[in-house]
Amino acid sequence: MAAMVEIKDLVKNFSLSQGIWAKDSRVIKAVDKVSFSIEEGEIVGLVGESGSGKTTLARVILGLTPMTSGSVVIDGIDLAKAGKKDRDKLHREIAVVFQDPVSNLNPRQTVESSIMRPMLLHGISRAEARRRAKEVLDMVKMDERYLDSYPHQLSGGQLQRIAIARALALSPKIMILDEPTSALDVSIQAQIFNLLLDLQEQMHLTYLVITHDLNAVKYISDKIAVMYLGKLVEFGSTEEVTEKPRHPYTKGLMKAAPILDPRMRDRKKEIIDGEPGSMMDLGTGCRFYARCRYASPECQSHDPQMDVMETGHQAACHHPLK
Amino acid sequence: MRRDSKWRETLRACLKNKNFMIGFLILVSIILIAIFAEQIGPYEYTAQNPSVKMSAPSAEHWFGTDELGRDVFSRTVMGTRITLWVAFLGATLALVIGVSVGVVCGYFGGWVDRIFSFLTDLTWCIPGTILALAVVTLIGKGLTNSVIAISLVSWATYARSVRAKTMSLRTMAFVETGRAFGESSFSLMFRYILPNIVPSLIVMVSMSLPSTVMSTTTLSFLGLGSQAPSPDWGLALSNGIAYIGRAPWLSVFPGLALVYTVLGFNLLGDGLRDILDPHMKSM
Repeated sequence: MAAMVEIKDLVKNFSLSQGIWAKDSRVIKAVDKVSFSIEEGEIVGLVGESGSGKTTLARVILGLTPMTSGSVVIDGIDLAKAGKKDRDKLHREIAVVFQDPVSNLNPRQTVESSIMRPMLLHGISRAEARRRAKEVLDMVKMDERYLDSYPHQLSGGQLQRIAIARALALSPKIMILDEPTSALDVSIQAQIFNLLLDLQEQMHLTYLVITHDLNAVKYISDKIAVMYLGKLVEFGSTEEVTEKPRHPYTKGLMKAAPILDPRMRDRKKEIIDGEPGSMMDLGTGCRFYARCRYASPECQSHDPQMDVMETGHQAACHHPLK
Repeated sequence: MRRDSKWRETLRACLKNKNFMIGFLILVSIILIAIFAEQIGPYEYTAQNPSVKMSAPSAEHWFGTDELGRDVFSRTVMGTRITLWVAFLGATLALVIGVSVGVVCGYFGGWVDRIFSFLTDLTWCIPGTILALAVVTLIGKGLTNSVIAISLVSWATYARSVRAKTMSLRTMAFVETGRAFGESSFSLMFRYILPNIVPSLIVMVSMSLPSTVMSTTTLSFLGLGSQAPSPDWGLALSNGIAYIGRAPWLSVFPGLALVYTVLGFNLLGDGLRDILDPHMKSM
């Protein structure tokens, strides 16, 4: 299998400087030397606390934010060197569904014109686009009578289905799902995840799913990537990451997920204390140092490197858990 | 099937809103008067009749006659056309400049925003009428020039408000999604963002129409706008000043016409604001 998305040493810094008068040389390292790859047809779940750089990473892949350094190669196209033609191809191949169902669609456009717009932009005829709009709406299991509706007339679940339909319109290879269900009812969340899984299987799509929902991530993804304050701390197959986490942060995160089995609820939880620190004044050591129960002096002074095991399971920790 | 429900909702809100309805009726009456001005006015507005100079309102001359024996009623009716033209031209010019600057500033940010926002602030800090006077002096007297001058002052209000709205819309998911599938900046600004600002634009335009009309009238009153023999209300007011003791009808009737028009626009604007943009109510 070829890597569909290959991210290498990706860095994205945001400057704190505000205007011409207020110079501020500090930067926020929103994404700091992140490397991992997504194989074709794979579902990778990207988890981490708020502010860990998940969305920034997705925005870089989508071409919405320029990267500071590193490389992102998508389906053989190097994002940094892509010319107009290559970028055009990427626009067709990568689709996105954002979190908020209400703002995902233009409130002034009908469902039909929202779905047709990407196709018209990429030179598909109006008649063909109209036919395809019905087709993708059917793929997300919605009736074609909704084509004439405006977003304010629809529910959150319906809007999210339409956003998925629009994403499918150009037959993309990769879908970036930025918390596609966080704003929905639990019952609808399951429906949307099942729909996404069906579509992935039918169309052999590659997914990058960003989510807070650890239970969902275990259920849908093939691999899990864990980020903490801009760093990738662990990456591996879902089974390994959830059953045998090697990074103390991953372990804490997994333990923090609500336990679905009522008989297991009295089990003692090891919840991580404190909050993720500031992104600005990071020391030289491990970013998880202050909150880690296994921290040693080495952790304070040296940033741990990614350690790859034979199975491909990797973690950045000086004292990986066994 | 439900395509028109939003329109029907808006229509119902319009019918229920007293301010809007009164303002709307006034505006309709003014437009009708302007269209049929020649039929309504019993005399040619430039026709002079030396035998009835400065005569008081009577059955022949409802609003009296002026110092040249012209019928004030016919002139006031013809003046409606000028006022409507002023309102239309002024609003369009200010809107085009203000919306372009506002959308571009809000969308791109950075140094583009800094330069244009500086210009906007600069325009704001000079009293409007003074600036308009300066512009008219520079580009010459006349009605169209005075409307241009006023637009060069009033665009700043639109620019500010549109800039703020654009800034909040540009980070919305539907705009980001559009960018992700390859929309150009131009298309994002004018196809995605602008249509979502239109309701508040309609409100802003109708709220600023009265001040455009008033400012132009002021310039005409000062002799920098319409020139004789135009039936402009501002010009009529300033001519009437000289005879205010002997022949008050020369200034009273054009003045009342102005009040009626401005009142109509104000009520319409208030009503539209309540209907289309309830958030602005507190402003």
